[in-house]
Amino acid sequence: MNTIVCKVSGLEKAFGPNRVLRNIDLELPSGQVTVLMGANGAGKSTLVKVLCGVHEPDTGQITLFDQPFTPHSPRDAFAKGVVTVHQSINDGVAPDLDVASNLMIDRLTESRGFFLSDRALRREARKIAEAMQLGLDVRAPVSSLGVADRQMIAIARAMVREPKVLILDEPTSSLSAAESERLFTLIDRLRATGVAILYISHRRSDIQRIADRIVSMRDGRIAGVFEETPLDYEGAVTAMLGHAMTDVPVRPTAPGAPVLHIENLSMQPGGPAINLTAHKNEVIAVTGLLGSGKSRLASILFGLEKPAIGRLTLNGAPYAPANPAEAIRAGVHFSPKDRASNGVVPEFDITNNLTLPFLKNFSRLSMLGRGGQRAATRSMIETLGVVCQGETDGIGTLSGGNQQKVMVGRWLSQPCALLVLDEPFQGVDIKARRDIGEHIRQTAGQRATIVFVAEIDEALEIADRIVVLNEQALVGEHKNENIELATLMAQISGRSEAILGA
Amino acid sequence: MQKNSNLIHFAIRYGFLLLLAGLVLYFSIFAPGFAGPRSAVFVFQSVAITGILALGVTCTLVVDGFDLSIGSVATSALMMSAYFMVILEQPAWVAVLACLAMGAFVGLVNGLLIVKMRVPDLLATLGMMFLLIGLQRIPTEGRSISTGMALPGGGNAEGTFSAAFLWLGRHRFDFFLEKLIPVPVIIFVLLGVLIWIFLHLTRHGRLMYAIGSNERASELAGANVQGYKIAAYMISGVTASIGGILLAARLGRGDVASGNNLLLDSVAAALIGFAVLGAAKPNAFGTAVGAIFVGILLQGLTMMNAPYYTQDFVKGAVLVVALVFTFALSGRKRGSGH
Repeated sequence: MNTIVCKVSGLEKAFGPNRVLRNIDLELPSGQVTVLMGANGAGKSTLVKVLCGVHEPDTGQITLFDQPFTPHSPRDAFAKGVVTVHQSINDGVAPDLDVASNLMIDRLTESRGFFLSDRALRREARKIAEAMQLGLDVRAPVSSLGVADRQMIAIARAMVREPKVLILDEPTSSLSAAESERLFTLIDRLRATGVAILYISHRRSDIQRIADRIVSMRDGRIAGVFEETPLDYEGAVTAMLGHAMTDVPVRPTAPGAPVLHIENLSMQPGGPAINLTAHKNEVIAVTGLLGSGKSRLASILFGLEKPAIGRLTLNGAPYAPANPAEAIRAGVHFSPKDRASNGVVPEFDITNNLTLPFLKNFSRLSMLGRGGQRAATRSMIETLGVVCQGETDGIGTLSGGNQQKVMVGRWLSQPCALLVLDEPFQGVDIKARRDIGEHIRQTAGQRATIVFVAEIDEALEIADRIVVLNEQALVGEHKNENIELATLMAQISGRSEAILGA
Repeated sequence: MQKNSNLIHFAIRYGFLLLLAGLVLYFSIFAPGFAGPRSAVFVFQSVAITGILALGVTCTLVVDGFDLSIGSVATSALMMSAYFMVILEQPAWVAVLACLAMGAFVGLVNGLLIVKMRVPDLLATLGMMFLLIGLQRIPTEGRSISTGMALPGGGNAEGTFSAAFLWLGRHRFDFFLEKLIPVPVIIFVLLGVLIWIFLHLTRHGRLMYAIGSNERASELAGANVQGYKIAAYMISGVTASIGGILLAARLGRGDVASGNNLLLDSVAAALIGFAVLGAAKPNAFGTAVGAIFVGILLQGLTMMNAPYYTQDFVKGAVLVVALVFTFALSGRKRGSGH
């Protein structure tokens, strides 16, 4: 029996009314890799942030070797032996410095002398590099290294402190298969030394290679712990996505004329080809795990990225927008995910936020007609049920769900040929989700609609047709009638690997 | 509690204007000769050129940029207009057009450096500032330009500042009193109104504010982010060259040493403008009020015999107070909204 290095019990964390972590119990045994899975917003990153001292829990306890562990800063957590390597690798290294300085940077912050001895620094760094089998010249600047090497450096640096717990947040998200394998070899060695490792990932291949246990999170709760060999990956994905049937019955409508053709589109050179046709009066939900190519496809539709090969046609005409402005002119409206960075203009009121892309429609000789703007906003507020005092409220005074209504309403306020919504229900409560979904379905007859969602419930609630992406390939297509959830789950988690092999 | 927050709200919104009114009242009582139309016009005249530059820098602040080159664009325009008229012996309108084109071109280069070459705004415009400070001295080998000066190639400069050009800087319109309002003041007020209309009433201005607030979101909403940013720097360059032309017309010579304080004064005016009406963001009305505020303060203090060398200290103090108004007070207001 392995000793439990870190034990979390009854952990709760709320941001305002939003309960992000609810009664979390988690154990991290030494010498084991615990994989943590969860959809966007399930609370994974909050849990990690509590463990590494960024957030303080509201209630609940964390113990480290049976001693209470209450880090008040990342530095403190680090000093006590909980080390985190974050997803964005460049947060972990200083690219302008050489490998030695990067490996020794923690020593630099606490060394006593004033002058540096480069030679001593390099000697120490070389020792670490050898112990970790990095195989790097410690004098090379980090900026000359690839992502995998940078990741290795970040981890090696963490290991200098002989951590008790190592947290890796999606470490392979930007690594190739060969690079990942190097990382796994390193993790194997660390595991052998008895470090408890918490590994956050969705990748099936990673998990099969490295996991000793899988913990699934959903809606801020632990939805399942899987420890028996062979590990039940399907079960973990199901627990993470949840399989509660939707209680909003959707009656698929007959699709109208085709609007958008996607022909033999590959997102990367040599990648699998995608074919898809979106019709008028049809809502298509595109679903898949993180990294399945959802966001990439959405970006291509709005002219933010170019496909490697393939052709798009919109209403019979070739469609290859160079930027969002062209996409909008062609009649494609796109509500991006992550409204805080991609949607909301924080200094504007509801009216200006809602009418932002269509200011031209509200102005004569460039002079804005505030009355028209406000009238259009008022009617949208009413249709979507935005809870506010009036259309001139600052956008920041609204709750997340209502801000999201404004963001979606922005693109619903004018007619379009194709409406693309990327994660329209992100960080939105169930009520707002229903309101938005209902309105999208009601107005679907005027256009083709494609919705990108990670949560399967949301897809079932809104779509006529559900399309599954996995590793940039289209692996499943279902009419939203008596869908066999098991098949859908299997496709999402990538069990039908025969397609990938082709 | 409610009363307290109302009070803070009132202070944020009207505090600065009340302070301004208080100052005017104080000086009117204690500084003899302060109250009166001639004195008021003098205040306006003293801030007209910095105010014009400040209106331009406001446009770059709106798109979350910054233009450090305005001071040197203005002095370049000053030297260039003198060079065109005195040495090249061109008429006034050619000199004016050339200066405006130069301002627009410098703005274009700034904008391209920032959006296409991805040089950070402060660094790009700092580089441009240096470049222009040096460049404006090369044609005359570092000397000031005036009629009759010795030319490097031998002989004397024959050209003169034409009367039409000097009119721009020196003419005063009758307004109730004879010869009251100078041309630069009128241009300042006119530009202020124009830029206010542009920023607040047109869709272009609205998009520029959107870009300043969330560039990525604006791009995804279809705004031509790069175009608007370049436009902002071009506006800034043109207004700076207007400032330089007016300065040349007032001085009547191409003086290499003048215009040293233009950059700092105009940036200060634009930043003080953040505090006016609790805007907490760059705005044309605030910028104009900010410039006039500094003018009134200096005028009043001078009339009360404060020595000239205290002026920069006073400006700095006003700026710091205004920034506290903007960021500390309204930051608290926003913080409580969560």
